[in-house]
Amino acid sequence: MRNRKNIKFYFAALSATAILLFMLDIILGSVSISVKEIFNVFFSSDKVEPQIYNIIINFRLPRACVALLVGVALSVSGLQMQTVFRNPLADPYILGVSSGASLGVALFLLGSSVFSMILPVLVSNFCIASAAFVGSALTLFLVLIVSIRIRDIMTVLIFGIMFSGAATAIVGLLQYLSSESALKTFVVWTLGNLGSATFDEIKVMLVITLAGLAIVIFSIKKLNVLLLGDVYAQTTGVNLKLTRIMIFISTSLLTGQVVAFCGPIGFIGIAVPHIARMFFRRADHRILVPACILLGANIMLLCDIISQLPGYSLVIPVNIVVAFIGIPVIIRIILSNKKIIN
Amino acid sequence: MNQHNIIIENLSLGYKNSANAVEIFPPFSLTADSSQFIALVGRNGVGKSTLLRTITGLQNIFSGKIYINGKSTESLSRKQYADLMSFVSTETVRVLHLNVFDLVALGRYTYTNVFGNLSVSDEKIILDSLKMVGMSDFIWRNVSELSDGERQRVMIARALVQDTPIMILDEPTAFLDIPNKYEIILLLRNLAREKAKTIIFSTHDLNIALQLADKIWLMANKKMHAGTPAQLIQTNAFDQMLDGTMLKMENDEIKIKN
Repeated sequence: MRNRKNIKFYFAALSATAILLFMLDIILGSVSISVKEIFNVFFSSDKVEPQIYNIIINFRLPRACVALLVGVALSVSGLQMQTVFRNPLADPYILGVSSGASLGVALFLLGSSVFSMILPVLVSNFCIASAAFVGSALTLFLVLIVSIRIRDIMTVLIFGIMFSGAATAIVGLLQYLSSESALKTFVVWTLGNLGSATFDEIKVMLVITLAGLAIVIFSIKKLNVLLLGDVYAQTTGVNLKLTRIMIFISTSLLTGQVVAFCGPIGFIGIAVPHIARMFFRRADHRILVPACILLGANIMLLCDIISQLPGYSLVIPVNIVVAFIGIPVIIRIILSNKKIIN
Repeated sequence: MNQHNIIIENLSLGYKNSANAVEIFPPFSLTADSSQFIALVGRNGVGKSTLLRTITGLQNIFSGKIYINGKSTESLSRKQYADLMSFVSTETVRVLHLNVFDLVALGRYTYTNVFGNLSVSDEKIILDSLKMVGMSDFIWRNVSELSDGERQRVMIARALVQDTPIMILDEPTAFLDIPNKYEIILLLRNLAREKAKTIIFSTHDLNIALQLADKIWLMANKKMHAGTPAQLIQTNAFDQMLDGTMLKMENDEIKIKN
């Protein structure tokens, strides 16, 4: 109906900027490489210096792919959680997925240091990812048990917060007891890192992201009805339990893989859905889901470009950049939301 | 077959959990027919909302049976419920950036495809319903900007587009001023007549129930009194409800006891 043309135009524009930012993310970095050289890497048989080829293919390209996937996954997860919990401050981690993953990683990295075990394998990124994945899968399992048995969504929310608290306490204890080097590895993990995934890992991320998104796309209509609350959703014909389970599974898939491969990246999941709402001024998920996909990709790519401080050799952790972009948005929400929170 | 839309048989109300079962209202039986406009009255905490929640399947039956169009409700899925009855709750819906059209469109849930895309006929039904409740000029307004009376009309339009033989409303006139109360109730009464719907609404407004309802279900002193307003006045059912209070019923009017 109204605005249909406008919305299509904005979607097209945001897709264009996402492609542009993706290219910029590959072009810009600590080592300056000319556009011509980059063009040669991808499209020309001309000889390229192996060093430059290595930087582009093994560092910048995977990094840009990861930034794109992370932005999409976290933004859509955040949107789902804000709708299901009917809370503007809900984020993808509200179910405790990141705490579960942190606990997994902490047990792996710090636990072995505390119990002075010698790790049988090198502390590779893939081991950390596996530990995080096991942690978030177990959290999902707990969340599903709770949501099957408990009708009231607020109880599920409180459960999520309590679970996070317990996990954080255990992580704290492990941090306190562990060795300095293990502690540093863990702290660096919590700051988020888009640059450690290999192409094989990116393939895994892509498959999981697509699976999660497929569930979201088939939940769009249900999410819309859930805006009115559980009673209205049920009397309009929604099977509440099944819908919640599907949404929790998709959120855990999307968020779990991000935490596993990149660490707990904050703020994007809470801020992007609000930016989408402010921008399109609609509550309809047929608009908000694609809007979050596009805006999430754009914003995460932008954060990644900034975090690499083009021209400098330093790369700052992505969570710090994300916080500087996310916090003003969240403050705005709190200040302007007095009228919608009753 | 029976012609009653709703048959309630030996239904008692209460709460069950794993530890214990508490009956709050003893068994009663009722029927409701199409085109009937029924007011459910009773004091706070007597179980009006529990009864409405039980009829709509939001709460499991404590004991007894409910038949809707001859079918027992026990086996109904949420979708089947949604095709039989629409519900307007007391909850105030405030969603940022949700406009009136999109909200009413949600009532077409069981009719639309997997993405909820509206057909031309869906759009027509939505616009017609908004016209019926007098909200045609508010189509693109945000729901959070509406007054209580306007919002209630929109919620009724949302229930209307669900196109069900039965419509159930929990205190639709709470928070409204007197003119709005009468307008909403008259609107609902017309809908019951014109669309041949069974409409059941709970209310604390005895004047409205006595003047405008076809039938009253009155819950008082652990007993369900059902009948036309005149019948209930004749059988002194309202005195049962006011028993033990400072009020009494005198010539259709509530008076303070001396």
